[in-house]
Amino acid sequence: MPGYSNPGFDTLALHAGAAPDPATGARALPIYLTTSFVFESSDHAQSLFNLERAGHVYSRISNPTNAVLEQRISALEGGIGAIAVASGQAALHLSIATLMGAGSHIVASTALYGGSQNLLHYTLRRFGIDTTFVKPGDIDGWRAAVRPDTKLFFGETVGNPGLDVLDIPTVSAIAHEAGVPLLIDSTLTTPWLMKPFDFGADLVYHSATKFLSGHGTVIGGLVVDGGSFDWEAAGRFPELCQPYDGFHNMVFSEESSVGAFLLRARREGLRDFGACMSPHSAWLILQGMETLPLRMARHMSNTGRVVEFLASQPFVARVGHPMLPSHPGHALAAKLLPRGAGSVFSFDLKGTRAQGKAFVEALKLFSHLANVGDCRSLVIHPASTTHFRMSDTALAAGGITQGTIRLSIGLEDPDDLIDDLKRALKAAEKSA
Amino acid sequence: MIFNVKGASTYCYTGGKAFDPAKPTAIFIHGVLNDHSVWILQTRYLAHHGWNVLAVDLPGHCRSGGEPPATVEAAADFVLALMDAAGLQQAALIGHSFGSLVALEAAARAPQRVSQLVLVGVAFPMRVSTALLEASVSAPLKALEMVNVFSRSTLAPPPSALGPGTWVYGASMALGRRVLASNQQVNVFYTGFKACDSYQNGLQAMTRVTCPVLFVLGKLDQMTPPKAARELIKLAGDAQVVYLPGGHQQMNETPEEMLAALSGFLTRQEVLSGGDDR
Repeated sequence: MPGYSNPGFDTLALHAGAAPDPATGARALPIYLTTSFVFESSDHAQSLFNLERAGHVYSRISNPTNAVLEQRISALEGGIGAIAVASGQAALHLSIATLMGAGSHIVASTALYGGSQNLLHYTLRRFGIDTTFVKPGDIDGWRAAVRPDTKLFFGETVGNPGLDVLDIPTVSAIAHEAGVPLLIDSTLTTPWLMKPFDFGADLVYHSATKFLSGHGTVIGGLVVDGGSFDWEAAGRFPELCQPYDGFHNMVFSEESSVGAFLLRARREGLRDFGACMSPHSAWLILQGMETLPLRMARHMSNTGRVVEFLASQPFVARVGHPMLPSHPGHALAAKLLPRGAGSVFSFDLKGTRAQGKAFVEALKLFSHLANVGDCRSLVIHPASTTHFRMSDTALAAGGITQGTIRLSIGLEDPDDLIDDLKRALKAAEKSA
Repeated sequence: MIFNVKGASTYCYTGGKAFDPAKPTAIFIHGVLNDHSVWILQTRYLAHHGWNVLAVDLPGHCRSGGEPPATVEAAADFVLALMDAAGLQQAALIGHSFGSLVALEAAARAPQRVSQLVLVGVAFPMRVSTALLEASVSAPLKALEMVNVFSRSTLAPPPSALGPGTWVYGASMALGRRVLASNQQVNVFYTGFKACDSYQNGLQAMTRVTCPVLFVLGKLDQMTPPKAARELIKLAGDAQVVYLPGGHQQMNETPEEMLAALSGFLTRQEVLSGGDDR
């Protein structure tokens, strides 16, 4: 496809990485459900194992269907390549494990998905990796947290639970001054709303389970490298810049001036940790990504309607979406996320835990479950589910009230969503 | 591996094998806003198949010090000086785009020192539009995008330098930005393109080449279209021409076909499947 202009986002969402199958003419992407790939000769086998030639050996390391997904997310994010893994959590772990070992340190935002918080705060400490948490808006705090052993800055585009908008240009500048890369979890915004590489991020990952696949059918993760971080100049990453005796004494930064991270992540991380993605999962995620631009536009227009409705309701104490001028991230979101700050947000009922439960139980269209980013609208009441063990005081410290409700706005008719919410608000109010 | 060439530190990638003067040597010369890493999928293979490879970062590019060559002739002198520094009496020269002109000129200046000449994505004259030359100074990142869009031939490249999942366009953009940023004194984008545009000696140089020549051209190349190599091909005595099913990113968009053509030529075996002779 030689051309004179760069294809747009919608075109890349359909075509990047995929062409009609040369063997069969199949227009849709085939699912290569095979564990392994036949070598042409012993020399071919040896060359593939030694990275002298590029190709597929074993589907834990790479697979043709997965490779299309990896190219497509790279094209949409503006990256150099990607790695598909079993889940968003696997993507975060692969990113960290590729860059550091015991004795290393991470500076991370406090506004993180709970699973990420668990990994950093509890699990990685057991393996000798320490994390300092900084409120996303505390710019001086990011700078002050840097230590000689710091290897990574990490945050989300919009952070849980209050949709704190991370000032990526400023935080990435601080990271780069310190000689460390910035990793961004871009799950809730997708490249349709923001491309973190454009603002200075170095690595991006997604839980593809959410908006990228978009239909609540599959678990998967993607790590994308922007190719911007100079690992050698930073002087902190022997994993990428010194001979690695675990892989033919390869010096990854010599093999690729811009792709050392991806080389090691695939050749060590997928090989040894093994959190690979099934080709069937890759295919399902690609099906979703083909309509990502259309879905995201609808997610955002529906979210606008719902936020507007909730903000006008007397039984609602607060709506936490950056589209509202009352949100502390409103101005920053307007700059970094002009198409919107996502369709997952929370609001507070003026009520008790029992009223929160009553609200959720009265909803008919919204599904009560622990996920976000589905094409169907979703709801959860943290005080009675994810955070039910916490006291009211502890909840408050985490920015959650007894009546906090998290919504993930789907693609239904917005009038029907508002009707559903209206009915549930009445039910909750009456249940007092 | 680092050599001292005319007082400047010069980096050469050796394909994961130690440099061994007893083996035949192939020197790889990159194009504008590239470095050694564009050759990974060819050099690493050859280094493990009986060849000594030196994939150089040209002076003033990435890991190499020195002044970026302002002309093709200056770059050719540098390549011959690199051979001196490495103690090489003879080597095969393989160049891409700007690097192909450098290899050609070096082979013309010292015919007895070049065993084989491989010209990848070559054209003569290698004109660069005034608009692109100006943009390389006034808006280099925009110009970089223009060059990479013109260089690309597919939205679905095969597994490439970073393995499966490589987005070749993005990787080339990132490398261009890295190379440009690697020299804060000289705009190596403009310098390289100006050197291509100014080079006058291509046809005369080809008449002085005495070694076998391989032309590797992209059928879909919009930067250096195959027809732009015709005059050179006519003048080359012992020449083979392989057309690859891609554009100007021969090494990374069509890596297997590129390797087959190169490996077959260098070892004087029949060219492997992938490319087709016309």
